[in-house]
Amino acid sequence: MYVFKKPNSLTDKPLHYCPGCTHGIIHRLVAEALDELGVEGKTIGVAPVGCAVMAYDYFACDMVEAAHGRAPAVATGLKRAMPDNVIFTYQGDGDLASIGMAETVHAATRNENITIIFVNNAIYGMTGGQMAPTSLPGQVTQTSPYGRDPKTQGLPIKVSEMLSTLDAPYYIERVAVNNVKNVKNAKKAILKAFRNQVEGKGFSLIEVVSTCPTNWGLTPQKALQWVDEKMIPYYPLGVYKDRSADEKGE
Amino acid sequence: MTTQILIAGFGGQGVLFAGKCLAYEGLFEDKQVSWLPSYGPEMRGGTANCSVIISDEPIGSPIVAKPDVLIVMNLPSFDKYEKDVVKGGKIVIDSTLIAREAVRNDVNAYYIPATKLANELGIPTLANMIMVGKMIKETGIVTLENACEAMKKVVSARHQDLLEANVKALTAGYNY
Amino acid sequence: MSKVLMKGNEAIAEAAIKAGCRHYFGYPITPQTEIAAYMAKRMPKIGGTFLQAESEISAINMVYGVAGAGFRVMTSSSSPGVSLKQEGISYIAGADLPALIVNVQRGGPGLGGIQPSQSDYFQATKGGGHGDYRLIVYAPASVQEMADYTIKAFDTADKYRMPVMLLADGTMGQMMEPVELPETTVQEIEKPWAVRGTQNKRKHNIINSLYLNPEELERTNIERFEKYKVIEENECLYEEFMMDDAEYCVVAFGIASRISKNAVIEARKQGVKVGLIRPITLWPFPNKVLKQTADKVKGFLSVELSMGQMIEDVRLATECKKPVKLCSRTGGMIPSPEQVLESIINLTKEAK
Repeated sequence: MYVFKKPNSLTDKPLHYCPGCTHGIIHRLVAEALDELGVEGKTIGVAPVGCAVMAYDYFACDMVEAAHGRAPAVATGLKRAMPDNVIFTYQGDGDLASIGMAETVHAATRNENITIIFVNNAIYGMTGGQMAPTSLPGQVTQTSPYGRDPKTQGLPIKVSEMLSTLDAPYYIERVAVNNVKNVKNAKKAILKAFRNQVEGKGFSLIEVVSTCPTNWGLTPQKALQWVDEKMIPYYPLGVYKDRSADEKGE
Repeated sequence: MTTQILIAGFGGQGVLFAGKCLAYEGLFEDKQVSWLPSYGPEMRGGTANCSVIISDEPIGSPIVAKPDVLIVMNLPSFDKYEKDVVKGGKIVIDSTLIAREAVRNDVNAYYIPATKLANELGIPTLANMIMVGKMIKETGIVTLENACEAMKKVVSARHQDLLEANVKALTAGYNY
Repeated sequence: MSKVLMKGNEAIAEAAIKAGCRHYFGYPITPQTEIAAYMAKRMPKIGGTFLQAESEISAINMVYGVAGAGFRVMTSSSSPGVSLKQEGISYIAGADLPALIVNVQRGGPGLGGIQPSQSDYFQATKGGGHGDYRLIVYAPASVQEMADYTIKAFDTADKYRMPVMLLADGTMGQMMEPVELPETTVQEIEKPWAVRGTQNKRKHNIINSLYLNPEELERTNIERFEKYKVIEENECLYEEFMMDDAEYCVVAFGIASRISKNAVIEARKQGVKVGLIRPITLWPFPNKVLKQTADKVKGFLSVELSMGQMIEDVRLATECKKPVKLCSRTGGMIPSPEQVLESIINLTKEAK
């Protein structure tokens, strides 16, 4: 009999996220992965600036709160000092793909043996719904009140695709958590990303397409639909880089 | 006693290395020493100089603005620094590369065709050390023996062939 | 161990290794790149980390990570690069982490130049980044001191759990002098706050500078400043030179103090009773001795490689009881001993 309970890698602290936000699901998937690999006691997580800023209160492993965008650099320092520990970052789209793009790309190209959980909900949530580097064309936000205009505000950055053009990173996959099937796939991907690290394979990044009902101006249910209708067509799910295939060939 | 030395020339002539050797020679005789290079964006061809101070007292400013001894390995440096040498000071001049003589008559000028000598001796990159040899001879700041001994500290163990060449250059300058 | 000739930058690097630092993160910038080059050679041979980061910002955040894990760690840069590091330094201060930041200063503002300067004095001593915090700032004046205060910096950083800065300049970084390094000087202390994994044996540690509750942030800041008071009491270092019977006092640090010594000696030969106070820690600043000196001398001369930054602290310390004049060059220029001497002579005429 399986008893559904809170993973050991989560604390008892109630989450502060808005109703319908999928951060809670993603936190749980990360915690389950740490539990299943039995690495909670040697894991150090790095929290970002953004909605997940207080992730350090929710994960029961040792935690570091990084400056905006700098989590991959902080994680690099931690991993270099403690190569046998498990180091992960948990970052949003503004943090990872805007202010922290240099840190992200360079950690990837060093194939830094860390795990990055990249939560893409196409908006800056914590500051109240401003345009993100991943906001869709035409998407209305506080700082694109007439819809994101590609002429002046450019087009979204597809992080998984972009990083996959690098030779070095080991594993990159995009998943979603808007329905049960997707959650199950996301779990597999996140587990794989941590297992890669434990096995010393190198840089793994899981992009999780997420929601922001509050700032999207949608009900939680509509937000989940919006992921299917708008987000996934622009950000197709799937494995973008998997160097384990190369290894088998060698 | 304090001797303030300025060594100047083109980048790539080994001006900084010559200064470093002098500093080591001072150190070898238990003196206080300092070595300060000019630094800039050019690695080769630009002008380079370094300040070396060898003293019996603790050294204050490591910057040599009024050298007791000036070693010059190109004309622009000679033109620039001749006026700065203290009265009664010494100037060692590479006469292969510098055609003119000293304008001042209140300093002692020593001319040595270091670059030509270096070529003749088959050590074309060591005109700098020939200049140092000559300078040691004219100032007595360290003995030739100690200078050669100190070279062992400067030239790494991997390059013992270079040690011989440097000693040869020092001696050639000293005996010129 | 016998003395060897080393560049100031190299002495910092080797001293850091002697102090048990095994993690260095940097980014090339003149005139301090020798530190990175030295670390790149040495670290792989002793099982340490050398990593050339993608930016100074990344480098300081890598430092933040290692410091959070409680290992000795450093970064180095020169003025424009240290400006970039300010974000991370503020976080390191806010999270109460020990780390060493080296600034081998060059002329500014902006891209400025590459020649020596002391014009980051304000940045180093008044905080530099955002928020209420201090750095302990050591200002070495010889290659030997570059090594000695690097080692000391790691110890004080650990002792007080805070970032420490070594503030040098292009001259100090580039010059060679004889230096004697101790064999080993690791005085590492227990760091129960560090994040190295809970081993499932304790509650999780959190390295953090975020306090959304203002009462809590205020309390944290006040506590941190209580620590700063202890530091002001215990860690202030300075050197007095020919001050016994001095009627005038030169105040200078780093390379400026070396030049000033020449001028003081020369002035003494001319019968002027002048001495030098050299702050070795710029924060804490030697306020006490300067205040006492203000009751003895007729005037002060602040000698700096800037438009005059430390002079403000000299005026504060002496409570403006006596005139404080400035002798300075800036933008990469260095005052000559003659210029300092002339300023001393002028001071004797103006402050009788």
